[in-house]
This record gives sequence, C-alpha cells and structure tokens, in this order.
Amino acid sequence: MTSLELAARIRRHVVEMTSKGRSSHVASGLSIADIVAVLYGGVLRVRPADPQWPERDRFILSKGHAGAAVYAALAEKGFFPVERLITHCQDGSHLSGHVSHKGVPGVEFSTGSLGHGLGVACGLGYSAKHRQAPFRIVVLMSDGECDEGSIWEAALFAGHHRLSNLVAIIDYNKIQSLTSVEETLALEPFADKWRAFGWYVSEVDGHDHQRLREVLTNQTLEAARPHCILAHTTKGKGVTFMERSVLWHYRSPQNEELTAALMELK
Amino acid sequence: MRDAFVDSLCRAATADKRVMLLTGDLGFGVLDRFANEHPDQYLNVGVAEQNLTGVATGLALDGHIVFTYSIANFPTLRCLEQIRNDACYHNANVKVVAIGGGFSYGPLGMSHHATEDLAILRALPNMTVVAPGDDWEAACATTALLNTPGTCYLRLDRSSASATASVVERFEIGRARTVRNGSDVTLVSTGGILSDVIDAADLLAREQISCRVVSMHTVKPLDIETIREAAQETGGIVTVEEHGLNGGLGSAVAEVCMDFGWLPRMFLRLGLPPEFVSAVGSQAYLRKEHGLDGHSIARQTASALLAAVPAALQTDRRTAFGPARRRRLSRSY
Repeated sequence: MTSLELAARIRRHVVEMTSKGRSSHVASGLSIADIVAVLYGGVLRVRPADPQWPERDRFILSKGHAGAAVYAALAEKGFFPVERLITHCQDGSHLSGHVSHKGVPGVEFSTGSLGHGLGVACGLGYSAKHRQAPFRIVVLMSDGECDEGSIWEAALFAGHHRLSNLVAIIDYNKIQSLTSVEETLALEPFADKWRAFGWYVSEVDGHDHQRLREVLTNQTLEAARPHCILAHTTKGKGVTFMERSVLWHYRSPQNEELTAALMELK
Repeated sequence: MRDAFVDSLCRAATADKRVMLLTGDLGFGVLDRFANEHPDQYLNVGVAEQNLTGVATGLALDGHIVFTYSIANFPTLRCLEQIRNDACYHNANVKVVAIGGGFSYGPLGMSHHATEDLAILRALPNMTVVAPGDDWEAACATTALLNTPGTCYLRLDRSSASATASVVERFEIGRARTVRNGSDVTLVSTGGILSDVIDAADLLAREQISCRVVSMHTVKPLDIETIREAAQETGGIVTVEEHGLNGGLGSAVAEVCMDFGWLPRMFLRLGLPPEFVSAVGSQAYLRKEHGLDGHSIARQTASALLAAVPAALQTDRRTAFGPARRRRLSRSY
C-alpha cells in the first residue's frame, strides 16, 4: 500500500468512526491524514507484530483529539484488526476520542490534554541520546497547542540539549478551537520562534507526501539540533464542505453529510 | 530529612545506573554531592515543572527510575496534570519528591505552604503517597520507593522526629509503624509532625493516659489493619497532620473506619482548617497557632477522651475517668 492509498483509507475511516461514534474532531483527523500516512507508510521504524520492539521509533500524537487518524493507520498497518475501528467512542471501547495506549497495540503514548507530548518526547530523546539508542522520537502537535506554555518549556529543553533525535511536526492548519490562530494568539513569525529556541526548521506542504518524506528522512539536515517541521495543512482536507471550518472541529457527520463526505473520499 | 534522602539516593545511584535525579532548579548546596558523584544521572531541567515531569516520564518510559525534586507545591500542584496523565496513567517509574511538607517553609508565605498536597495526590489512581516522620523513615522510604513500581510521591519535611526506629526494624511502604504502644487512645500521624505527637504522648502519659503512637508514613495505600487495631483495641483514634483537614490523613482514616464498620469509641481529626495562612512564622510557631504542637495535641486529645466517656463512668469515682481525674485533666492543659 502506498502512503497515498493509506491516507485515503485513513480519511474514510476517520469520517466513518466520528460518524458512528457521534464524536468530534473529524476535521482534525483529516488535517493530519497525510502526515500520519507518510509516517506509517515507511518513515517510522515500527513492527506491527512486535509493538514493543525496543528499537522502534517512538511516535507521540500530542494533539490527542485527532486520535482516530492514528488508530486508523495502526489498524491498516496490522497492529490490530480494522474491524475494531468502528467501535471508536462506543460504550466499552478502548478506542477513546483522545488517543490512549491502553488496550490498543501500537499507541506509544496517551494524550488528550494539549501540551504534554513534547515534554515526554524530550525525556525519551534525552535518554536515547545518552545511551546511544538508535531510535528517533517523532511528535505531532497542533498549532493551537502551541499556546500552551509547556510546549515552550520543552522547546527550550530540546534546543539546549541538542536533541537531534527529536522531530516535532506541527499540523499548521491555522484554525484552533474557537476561531483562527491569527485571531486567537498569533504564532507568526512561527518558524523564527522555533529557530530562536535552537531548532532546525523545515516548512512543507503537509499534504505533499513526497516533500514530507524528504524532510522526514533527510539525515543531513542539521546533525546537532532538534528538527521542527511546520506542515502547512488544510483543516478538514479532502471533504470540501469541512475544509477550513471551525464547525467541523466539533460536528459529527451524519446522514447526508456522511454520504457526501464518503462520496468525495472514494 | 532532605540529607537523609540525598544520602540514600546517592547510594542507590551507585548501585543502580537507572536511577536519575531531576531538579527544577532547586536544591542549592543540597544536591551537589549527587551531581558530583553521578553527573550522568543528574539533570537540572530549569524552572519548568511541567517539563520536569514530562521529561521524567519520557526517561522512565525508556527504563530509568526518575526522581523529580523541587520544593513545596512546585513539583506537585504546578504540574499536576503531567503527574496524572503522563506519569500515573502510563505507570511510569517517576518518584515526585517535594521538600517542604506543611509549614516547613512557614516564613516564606502561602505559596510555599504545602498543605493540600496529600489530599490531591492521594486522589490520583496509580499513585503511592509517602510522608516520612523521621530521618530513618525518609532514608528507608527513598530506597523502598526504588522498588515500588509506578508513580510515587515522597513528601519530605524540614522537621523530623528524633530517631524512633529500633536496630532490627524493617521499613515497608504501606505498613504503618507503631512507634509506641498504648491502650487508651491511638495517635496516628503522617510526616515530621510525628515529633509533636510523641511530645503529646509524653504529656498524656503523665496523666496516666496511655497513648499508642502510629507513624502512618504511607498515606496511600493506607495500612488498614493498623487502623482496625487502633479502633478495636484502644479507646479512640486521633489523627494528626500538618495539612488541611479536607481529604488528608484524617479523611483517609475516617473513610476506612466507616467503610469497614470499625467505629472507634472516640475519633478526632487534627489538622488545618480550609483557609489560607497569611500570617507567617516558623514551623513551630505555625504548628502552635493551629493547635498542632505537642501541648495542643495533648489537650485536644484529653478533652475528646473525656467527652467520649459515658456519663455513668464519669460520675463513678472508681473509674479512670471519674470526677477527680476529670478535674485534674481539665486543669492540665
């Protein structure tokens, strides 16, 4: 399966899961579908048959509300049966609305409250660097999440300790919970902020698989610095009526909406 | 207690390279020895407690046993959600250490009074909560926590009871220590205030009131059996903590008594009312102000015992709590 095929499957799963589960954050899942597909489509060194393989790359979804996309990728890669996906947010399911590792093979770390993933990734990165472990740590964060002070505590730490085994991808779709990032707390000049904290920064189209793969696998970037990838994305990408809309941060697609969304994702 | 902790941790770090100590930029002069002896196992993450706890969790998930160190409420309340979601939910081997339980930093003001930490942290799932009563307990608890899987909280006090352990005694997380045996009443305390509780027991002994003194160094999991014995074998239970009355040791003991139906003949919780303390002072001063010094503990215990004695016994001159004894006791404190 190519990463493009994986992304398409993730998108369909995300729409179906959030519909069936009557849950929020469909647009967030669509926003990161390509990033997650590129990661699980060959960039991350993971073994579906051995989720706890000690040398695996550690992937932390810090924007835990987009967990449906990660569950979908894990199921499609064989970590658990695809049939389980449809239990998302249902009574008794372990596939919670915010990503959780308990009972779900392949989920590295549970999140849901924003601003937690990068700090934990720093600890993993520091540990791996000092024991010269071969794995990388990849964190996927949201732009709105960067309002959290804890992100900048961790950003300082990673820069100071030159955690070159750490990659932070920011799903920069420019919309947060209530309105645009620009209106809420402007992040620009965003790339400069990360550079000022000691990071190497790449800016890419977060839906361009080729470019994503390039920046995620280019080992010659900057050997001694953590890597921040500002991935410019479209919230709700792939379903026209959900794109760039705050409404679909919350709304669950039902009936005709579901049909229309799935038609577009065929 | 702080030095006992550092001594113990230095020894542990020599024996086990997985042990790490992370500080939130505090511990001036105290952590130097550890930092010098174990530079690869020491890390100052800066004034950033959320990141302190996040980094500790990451290190723990990669196989380390990580102690986070700061003072008062900084390593606990400031980063409570990191403790809950990151450390506890993942059962990470993170040991949160706060120096400055209760009024240890009394003169420094409200921000430095750790008076709700036990209640808040004991409410978290997957969390062990320990508040040693003396240096020996602090040293033993440090070592014991190394072998206690998952997330733990170690509340260290500036004050300490004088040595209470016999040479053969063994320390166990979750097992209270009976520091002194007695039958009229059981005084149960957690943390360094054990020193005042022992003073109170001495004062009461002069009045022929025999006190059992229990150091409940582990607030979670609570030693239920010791509470049962106190309720059934002695004339009542008094809990003493340098901590708010809402949700701390006294609450925990009361929950056990009610849940299991072990109703003590007398029950009294001594601690702090749910109010901020704005008038500052030394730990000893603030204890006295809040009725938690030895004399106050003894007086309140005696009053509660007297009130709990059935009226028939109070008028019977032959009983221990007859009129003469009652007159003397009420004058004593």
